[in-house]
Amino acid sequence: MEQWSPYAVGIGIGVLSWFTFLLSDKPIGASTAYVRTAGMLEKLFRGKKVGEMAYFKKFPPVVDWECMLVVGIVLGSFLSAWLSGTFRFEWVPSIWAANFGSSPLTRVLAALVGGFFIGFGSRWAGGCTSGHGISGTLQLTLSSWVSVICFFIGGVITAFFLFIFGA
Amino acid sequence: MSAQPRKQVNVGWIKDLHARKGLQLGLGFFFGIIFGFLLQKGGVTQYDVIIGQLLLSDFTVVKVMLSAVITGMLGVRLLNSLGLASLHPKPGSLGMNVIGGLIFGIGFGILGYCPGTIAGAVGNGYLDALFGGLVGILLGVAAFAELYPKLEGDILKKMDYRDVTLPELLHVDPWAAVFLVALLLGGVLWGLERLGL
Repeated sequence: MEQWSPYAVGIGIGVLSWFTFLLSDKPIGASTAYVRTAGMLEKLFRGKKVGEMAYFKKFPPVVDWECMLVVGIVLGSFLSAWLSGTFRFEWVPSIWAANFGSSPLTRVLAALVGGFFIGFGSRWAGGCTSGHGISGTLQLTLSSWVSVICFFIGGVITAFFLFIFGA
Repeated sequence: MSAQPRKQVNVGWIKDLHARKGLQLGLGFFFGIIFGFLLQKGGVTQYDVIIGQLLLSDFTVVKVMLSAVITGMLGVRLLNSLGLASLHPKPGSLGMNVIGGLIFGIGFGILGYCPGTIAGAVGNGYLDALFGGLVGILLGVAAFAELYPKLEGDILKKMDYRDVTLPELLHVDPWAAVFLVALLLGGVLWGLERLGL
């Protein structure tokens, strides 16, 4: 089947989180994998002193469980798309194209800017839609509930602003 | 801070399993494959679905997230009560979570993917995710790492509440909080279906 019910998928992710807590002592999360990857890439250009930066002492630039999880996501999504025949290379998503034109350059530049805010904001908030939004809220953590509400307030305002004034 | 001490894993073989570093990397990869498979099957590796949520026209993202939270919350809390799993609540403050959350939201509305789903989008073949969003995220976290020493003792500590959980904050029994939140979130899902969203 190309697509499953969102409830089946959600229950599946919930059950998966039981196993990550039980077998790996880890909540599902993604954003620190990017910190470690950025640290590893920076090390290539700037050498060892990168490891002495306070933030990379907190999250050392080495491959860890969460990095492997993120690499796994790429493969799992590919397998799912490929098995259901929905894998395709695409530069510009259809709703974007309908509102902002079909130029790949515009879309990639916007994605770059959006990505910058996501990366910066996720580390400022201490987590992302997975780490705070699912794993943190399911533990009833205050910081995660505050964060996920702000993710969506910011996201809804920005999306409406962009689609009303930018399109 | 909490009235009752937090329960930790107290089973030997589970602790041993957690300590096996190489095996854990393999498990992380395996869990990632399942997570990515589910995200793709749910449609949330697509920009159109995520932006549809932020434009309040497609509620797939909320349905996936809330059913994951209800399911995960019940099971993880049970594992914790049985001493089979430790909880890992994240520390935070209003300065961290409100400001960081809103900055994240700006990016969410422009990019239309988040750090987890963008990995799925790359696996799905979406090149804006690979060449735009992913590069942007890496630049964003690198910029944060540069600024971190200036932010750390200052704005990130404004209205600090550390890693407190809702039952600890409200001094209620954790299971009472779990059932109440499950009912509330279930009610939201029921309401969405009633409204035909």
